[in-house]
Amino acid sequence: MEWQFASAAEISRQLSSKQVSATEIAKYFLSRISKHNQAFNIFVHVDEELVLKQAAEIDARRARGESELGALAGVPVAIKDLLCTTDMPTTCGSRFCEKYISPYDGTVIAKMRAAGMPWMGKTNLDEFAMGGSTETSIFGAGRNPWDAQRTTGGSSGGSAACLAAGLSPLAIGTDTGGSIRQPAAFCGVSGFKPTYGRVSRYGVVAFASSLDQVGPMAHTVEDLALAMDVISGHDPLDSTSLPYAKPGYTTSLSQAPQRFRVGVVREQIESDGLNAEVKQAILKTLDVLKECGADVREVSLPHSKYWVPAYYVIAPCEASSNLSRFDGAHFGFRAEPLEGKKSKSPLVEMYSSTRAQGFGAEVKRRIMLGTYALSSGYYDAYYLKALQVRRLIRQDFDRAFEDVDILVGPTTPNTAFKIGEKVDDPVQMYLEDLYTVGANLAGLPALSVPCGRSQVGLPIGVQFQGRPLDDALVLQIGHRYQQAIGWRPTPAPLS
Amino acid sequence: MNAAPYTLVIGLEVHVQLRTKSKLFCRCSTEFGRPPNTQVCPVCLGLPGALPVLNKQAIDYAVRTGLALKSEIAKFTKWDRKNYFYPDLPKGYQTSQFDLPICSRGFLDISDSKGAFEPKRVRFIRAHLEEDAGKSMHDEVAGKADSRIDLNRAGTPLLEIVTEPDLRSPQEAKAFLTELRLLLLYLDVSDCNMQEGSLRCDANVNLHIPVDGKTVATPITEIKNLNSFRAVERALTYEAARQWDQWSNDHIAIGGRPKQTRGWDDVQGVTTLQREKEEASDYRYFPCPDLVPVTLTGADLDKARGELCELPAATRTRLVQQYELKEYDSDVIVSQGRELVDYFERAVVAGGPAKRVSSWIQQDILRLLNERQQSLTQLGFSAERLADLTKAIEAGTVDTSRGKEVFAKMLDDSALSVAAAIEALGIKAVDDSELMELCHQLLAENAKAVNEYRAGNAKALGALIGQAKKKNPNADPRKVQELCKQLIDSGAV
Repeated sequence: MEWQFASAAEISRQLSSKQVSATEIAKYFLSRISKHNQAFNIFVHVDEELVLKQAAEIDARRARGESELGALAGVPVAIKDLLCTTDMPTTCGSRFCEKYISPYDGTVIAKMRAAGMPWMGKTNLDEFAMGGSTETSIFGAGRNPWDAQRTTGGSSGGSAACLAAGLSPLAIGTDTGGSIRQPAAFCGVSGFKPTYGRVSRYGVVAFASSLDQVGPMAHTVEDLALAMDVISGHDPLDSTSLPYAKPGYTTSLSQAPQRFRVGVVREQIESDGLNAEVKQAILKTLDVLKECGADVREVSLPHSKYWVPAYYVIAPCEASSNLSRFDGAHFGFRAEPLEGKKSKSPLVEMYSSTRAQGFGAEVKRRIMLGTYALSSGYYDAYYLKALQVRRLIRQDFDRAFEDVDILVGPTTPNTAFKIGEKVDDPVQMYLEDLYTVGANLAGLPALSVPCGRSQVGLPIGVQFQGRPLDDALVLQIGHRYQQAIGWRPTPAPLS
Repeated sequence: MNAAPYTLVIGLEVHVQLRTKSKLFCRCSTEFGRPPNTQVCPVCLGLPGALPVLNKQAIDYAVRTGLALKSEIAKFTKWDRKNYFYPDLPKGYQTSQFDLPICSRGFLDISDSKGAFEPKRVRFIRAHLEEDAGKSMHDEVAGKADSRIDLNRAGTPLLEIVTEPDLRSPQEAKAFLTELRLLLLYLDVSDCNMQEGSLRCDANVNLHIPVDGKTVATPITEIKNLNSFRAVERALTYEAARQWDQWSNDHIAIGGRPKQTRGWDDVQGVTTLQREKEEASDYRYFPCPDLVPVTLTGADLDKARGELCELPAATRTRLVQQYELKEYDSDVIVSQGRELVDYFERAVVAGGPAKRVSSWIQQDILRLLNERQQSLTQLGFSAERLADLTKAIEAGTVDTSRGKEVFAKMLDDSALSVAAAIEALGIKAVDDSELMELCHQLLAENAKAVNEYRAGNAKALGALIGQAKKKNPNADPRKVQELCKQLIDSGAV
């Protein structure tokens, strides 16, 4: 049997009816990885022994007839290499953490471990999740299974690509400004950024704490719901975790309202930067949604032009502080003292050469941006102003959601770009986040699902954004859409 | 009082380690003195991915302290990151409070029972919560620098209390710290152990010098490493003289030289230059996105206010009013801490006469505690037993001097009652006829002393007391002396 594009739900059904064992599934995907990983640079760490051991445990438990095995027990998952794991390195795609093994499991990892999901491995990403193309990783650029000359998007590029290449049925990503949704769109898979606080950040190496959110990536929205049932929920170890009981994402998945109001953001659908093919795909999606009971209307988010500027002040400010701990003193990389050089302060010398050698260019750029924006004399003009703008952005969404239940629009202005195309032009790269950062700034749940392909065959993604805490509704509508179009994951050409 | 040609101006920053069981943002123990790096976890080690969770007890303690210092308590307060690099700060930032401290303003009144300075009100600027850093231990042997870091202390809650520059002398500074420490001990928010670093103090000092009818201020120095109240007093005295000498030499006023940080060297008795800051360091404070703001309601504050114990100043007044103690006596008891006040009051409630209880506490109990370096509980002499003892003395069952023997006997055996101790010592009341007989005997045997007394030497009869004690240990020396005088004066002998 071919499992490479089977949904997690399908694998789960086959596992629980004992048509297949977790070990067989793990072996299948391991063989896929050994065949295709190198060409696309998707996994940065695979531990065959570990996966098989985890799978064997599940098989043994199932054989004993254990009743409390969860739906995803035995379903392999690929993990963005930004989540702390005790049994695999956590490199963050950085020289700094190349050999770093966390002494503790993050909450999401612990939940998946408890749910019996074997780790396929750790996936490639932009260094410390800073980037939109998985090109800033020390492991080299990830390649898009739909066109190896193109990027996977990022920063959760490896997690998106492993689905597109059929190397794992589920993946975990993180999304600070679109890092789940944009690569999902570029790789033709589904990705979900939950409401800020729905999923614990404990054990996720922080990029920008007020924006970071962990989320699932999968072939179908149903699989996203299954994963959300495992990874979400209040966590007392994360002060920003929301103290609400989690809804049953899977059980409520088919309960989308018969009629719902869809908002199309004028500033996005009419923007000059929006690729015509992408626009066509979105308009087609809206037609499908109308058949599903949607009442489509236009809404305005007047401050949307400030999304990217506000984001690129707030995120670097938080990052500059979050990344201070990578200083060579206690863990990770430390530069060797320079031979023969007498330093006035060996300590400052250690800090500066360690950080100069340990971080890549994009990470340094953001640390410097943030350090500058938080400096005395600039704080008010940059950081404080950005916070004020962030409030206005939230108000825009609040107002829009008075009239509509969900916003539908493009996930990205364009399809996947070529590797190297934007790597020297940070501003062009930052504009990749044009449609996605709003959800992070406002803390909204946001979903990207495939909605067609360009003429050259590159995937296009549509984004669904809901009110804060309307995670279940967003998934319901995404699911309704996938059912309406009879969605089946299509194999990428892998060439 | 101050003969010096300047006014000394002092402001203090006091770091109080709150006595929470666990750290400010994780569950690690705050116990002092454990082996290095054994009380650490991903959070206080600053490991990637770890997140802080507030220990609410620290907020309760800060609120309690703020209320006692008559501060305004912020109903909305948040956490800010103070960014700087140092190896004992594993995250690269300290979680602190910048623009919205939990307490603002407030004051503490100080006075000196011996009148060394006028009573005064010391105002506070603010008090905020923050996490402590770890401890660096530098070992530089033979030019090889070897530094070790202990992060057991990292993340321990501190309340940083900052005063206005209201203090004018080293004595005032010491008195202020003593009173603040007492208050904190009453509030039970810190153990205030200076040796263990639970109470740390930095001083900002300069001189105001009258020059041609105007006041010129000298550059401010910040003195660190003040590890005892005595060190504070000595360092400030030294620094005032040093600044005066410096001024006399160079006449450089504030602004003419960068602010200096100087360290107090307790052995040499000098302050030494640690660093000069051209301008304030840029810590790039910003709100910590990993923590949520803390909000307190009026009801929260009312509850905290209701739970506030009686404060030292009020206790001093009450002991004077309620028990008619002298102010000095009340101060001695109150300044020893709440445990002793409770002890005093329990003894009085159990029937001990207040003044006699007070003087026994001051003369005997405190002396013993000091000699034995013990706490009241360790001493094993309950307030109820002290009540019984002082009652017996007051009733004349035993005189003061034999009372001390009774006390000693009772100390040796914690089960022994006053009555039992009196009996064991063979103490019984001497009746009047017995006493009369004793005195006649004494006077007959000491003709020389009697003659000297008659010749006008009033003290001559003192020699008889010792003899009286030998003949009958229970004879009250005071009564013996009085009766002897009466017998001679009345011509009966």
